[in-house]
Amino acid sequence: MSDQPYDLIIGLETHVQLATETKLFCGCGTKFGEPPNTQTCPVCIGMPGSLPVMNREAFRLSLKTAIALNCTIPEFTKWDRKQYYYPDLPKGYQISQFDLPMSQNGHLAISDPKGRFAAKRIGIIRAHLEEDAGKSLHDEAAGKADTRIDLNRTGTPLLEIVSAPDIRSQEETRAYLTELKLMLTYLGVSDCNMQEGSLRVDANVNLHIQTPQGKIATPIVEIKNLNSFRFIERALAYEAKRQYEIWQATGKKLGDPGVFKQTRGWDDAKGTTFAQREKEESSDYRYFPDPDLCPVITPAAQVEEVRQGLAELPAAIRQRLEKSHGITPYDSDVIVAQGRTLVDYYEEVAKIAGDGKKAANWVTQEVLRVLNDQGWTLAQFPLTAAVLGGLVKLVVAGELEVTRAKEVFNDMVANKRSAAESMQALGIGKVDSSELEAICREIVAANPKIVADVKAGKQQAVGALLGQAKKKNPNANPNDVRRICLEIIEKM
Amino acid sequence: MSLLHRSAAELLNDLTARKVSSVELVNAYAEQICKLDGEIRAFLHVDIDAALARAKEIDARRAAGQPVGKLAGLPVAIKDVICTKGVRTTCGSKMLEKFVPPYDATVVEKLHAADAVLIGKTNMDEFAMGGSTENSAYFKTTNPWDTTRVPGGSSGGAAACLAAGMAPLSIGTDTGGSIRQPAAFCGVTGLKPTYGRVSRYGLVAFASSLDQIGPMGCSAEDCALLLEVLAGHDPRDSTSANLATPEYTKTVNQPLAGLKLGLVREHFGPGLNGEIDAAVREVVKVYQSLGATVKDISLPYSKYGIATYYIIAPSEASSNLARYDGVHYGYRTDEKAMLEALAVEQKRYEAETNAKKLADLDTPLIRLYRQTRAEGFGPEVKRRIMLGTYTLSAGYYDAYYLKALKVRRLIRGDYDKAFEEVDFIVGPTTPSPAFKLGEKTDDPLSMYLEDLYTVTTNLAGIGGISIPCGLTKANLPIGLQMQCRPFDEERLLRAAAMFQRATDWHTKRPALS
Repeated sequence: MSDQPYDLIIGLETHVQLATETKLFCGCGTKFGEPPNTQTCPVCIGMPGSLPVMNREAFRLSLKTAIALNCTIPEFTKWDRKQYYYPDLPKGYQISQFDLPMSQNGHLAISDPKGRFAAKRIGIIRAHLEEDAGKSLHDEAAGKADTRIDLNRTGTPLLEIVSAPDIRSQEETRAYLTELKLMLTYLGVSDCNMQEGSLRVDANVNLHIQTPQGKIATPIVEIKNLNSFRFIERALAYEAKRQYEIWQATGKKLGDPGVFKQTRGWDDAKGTTFAQREKEESSDYRYFPDPDLCPVITPAAQVEEVRQGLAELPAAIRQRLEKSHGITPYDSDVIVAQGRTLVDYYEEVAKIAGDGKKAANWVTQEVLRVLNDQGWTLAQFPLTAAVLGGLVKLVVAGELEVTRAKEVFNDMVANKRSAAESMQALGIGKVDSSELEAICREIVAANPKIVADVKAGKQQAVGALLGQAKKKNPNANPNDVRRICLEIIEKM
Repeated sequence: MSLLHRSAAELLNDLTARKVSSVELVNAYAEQICKLDGEIRAFLHVDIDAALARAKEIDARRAAGQPVGKLAGLPVAIKDVICTKGVRTTCGSKMLEKFVPPYDATVVEKLHAADAVLIGKTNMDEFAMGGSTENSAYFKTTNPWDTTRVPGGSSGGAAACLAAGMAPLSIGTDTGGSIRQPAAFCGVTGLKPTYGRVSRYGLVAFASSLDQIGPMGCSAEDCALLLEVLAGHDPRDSTSANLATPEYTKTVNQPLAGLKLGLVREHFGPGLNGEIDAAVREVVKVYQSLGATVKDISLPYSKYGIATYYIIAPSEASSNLARYDGVHYGYRTDEKAMLEALAVEQKRYEAETNAKKLADLDTPLIRLYRQTRAEGFGPEVKRRIMLGTYTLSAGYYDAYYLKALKVRRLIRGDYDKAFEEVDFIVGPTTPSPAFKLGEKTDDPLSMYLEDLYTVTTNLAGIGGISIPCGLTKANLPIGLQMQCRPFDEERLLRAAAMFQRATDWHTKRPALS
């Protein structure tokens, strides 16, 4: 972005579906993909006379998330009705939180192991709990433009996390969302499945443009329902360009009379955003406290209890791995991004191998390659951390050369056997020193030109002999071969 | 009809002693309904066959010596705003003309568990909005004491069926006086419990923070019998109080010693009918003769009661009634005709090349909402939806809704202070006796003033009862209202029963042909 004459200003609203068994205000299940309208009851379809009762688990998961996002948790929070008409909103209002959300004023730290932006904190304005709406399925196939309503999702708990407009680029956007998603996964509060809508993102975007008259801001645009990282990046890039061009053409700025916040959608096929509606003023949702629900009181002691019980968060794990195992931010990032089970696996490998860096190489390269190729989870991976740790230890001790160790590794994975069995099957063993010396004498004798080169001071010429030694005995340790050959040549 | 007009408590004794069967009772009330309800029109829906089947089953269990519930065999009428599984629940509205709930309200479950026999659903003002039952979308209910007059409302059918001897017990709901005012007009006893005493689950909401279900009967003792079954904590209603339910029937006939009553100065001002004023002062004398002391008290904020109520209740109503949009259930406008009309409008504007009108033309969805709601709701409901939508709108919220909430707290403060000095507050239930049908239908404000003495009970969330305490020269019942501290229904019922043991106003019945 630095080559552009503007700053891209981005704030994200992320809706996270919480991983509760049941909905926010009734006992219906929250499973995705069930037949339409089968996970409904009088409460979530807003039947006359039905009443909501808060799901305590949903509130607990929200509390965990908000605390992990460094938010302050007010002692008092309440429920409000956000009122609007839409066919997939059966009560005519959504139960949400308006002026007194359950958390506010937090932050999420982001950084880039590749160094494309400096590490920074993205402010979290608030995170509040609300119920999801249903889905409208527009069925135009029959030519009647029928809309069908599926209320299975109605009432599913959503945590809306609103960031401050602190994000400045697509890279930062991706880093923020990746870190948020990872944190939610580590906390176990959501499955974050974007295809199933468990994580939905709206982006508020505008530009700050440097002009000779000073800095000006373009009108804010909200891009709705960005449901993949790729969409988000493309939409942001498109929107930045579009806003800049419009500004160049019209000069319209934020706050000009007749300039309103616009809501736009993203059309991925066309690669463009399109206008959905222009808000002449902020919509009047006629929020008021829901008289069917009691306020929620969260004593400071409860917040502290949740804080104590919080899982170790990704940022903290990265720091710990870098510090105690001496690995690079890049490696710690790769390991932590895979989830807690891989972190634990890596740590055990590192402990047994006695070398964190080598362990990291093996885990991030070999293990992840296999998992990727096979489509396995770590649980399906045949080598326990102890077994892999033992193999890496041999390498660390110099008893097994890296390329041979990789052969052993591949054999162990392919045939699901122990290191000893694989080594035996591959005929890998330590070569007897007299045998090794015999091999070296043989190849030195057969290569007078190399001998001459070495004698002439080109020690590196001996490298050509290593391959020949390996052909005679694949177990020949190249380092030993080099040393012995040089000794022989010296004595010639 | 010796069975009719006897108290539910007496009937229950006879049922228990097997002097009378539930089937006989149901038949007797059914006969009365056949005879009178053509004129009174208290019921929207009666199912005698179902009631008889249920009665028969309970009689059989009782005869076999099996355990039976607290109301075993007693017929109970239910206001049509309370959901009954498989039985149409209309709320007196065209909007819910065909609505059959797939579930029972908590109170209905409790009645079933107590082996009560549900005899029918009673008429009411649409969505419980009104004080005369004239806002029912179906028909008007008349007052059994004078069929040219209203029975009160919104629980008009619930009160009228008791007065006419068509049911011994009845369930009403009270948001601003809807149990107490019709009880007063029809000469029966009706209790609005403290907010939270009875579960609202299955009560179709009018104003959620004010609505409360309560018992209606011919005496305080009967109300005690019914409240004991209805009351109790319900995990399905977050606003229901987690308190044990007293055994009201055990204590209702025990007099209270050293009773301290408060008379509200503000209740005896201009606008109060003279005969009612006099009747209430007679009540005070009766209590004094029973050992009570009486003192004047003041509820200074009560003068803002009506204004506060008519902001809070419509605000909540505008939200609660948003769900009736023709999409998921209930009334929906004739879609075909609607789409045709819309197409005609579009063609016309196109022909006129009227860009503005074309741009403003409803989408089919918006037209569906508009037309469904325009056709499905009656005028009073629309008036309150509009009032409430206005008071919750951006820019008006603080001046109306928020301010009303503050005044509401002050009104409660008045009561808290008063109850430091007195046990109960007594006064008239209504400023005047039952008025003529049609008398106030064109004057919503004078109709709203009917709630003058009752709304503050709901705003404060406390309990209140109306008991008969006299008849006017025109032979119309007069109601006495007694209000109590939160959750003090047990003593309120005892205090009311003391009066009813000393007088016979509650036994007076209209002369019906």
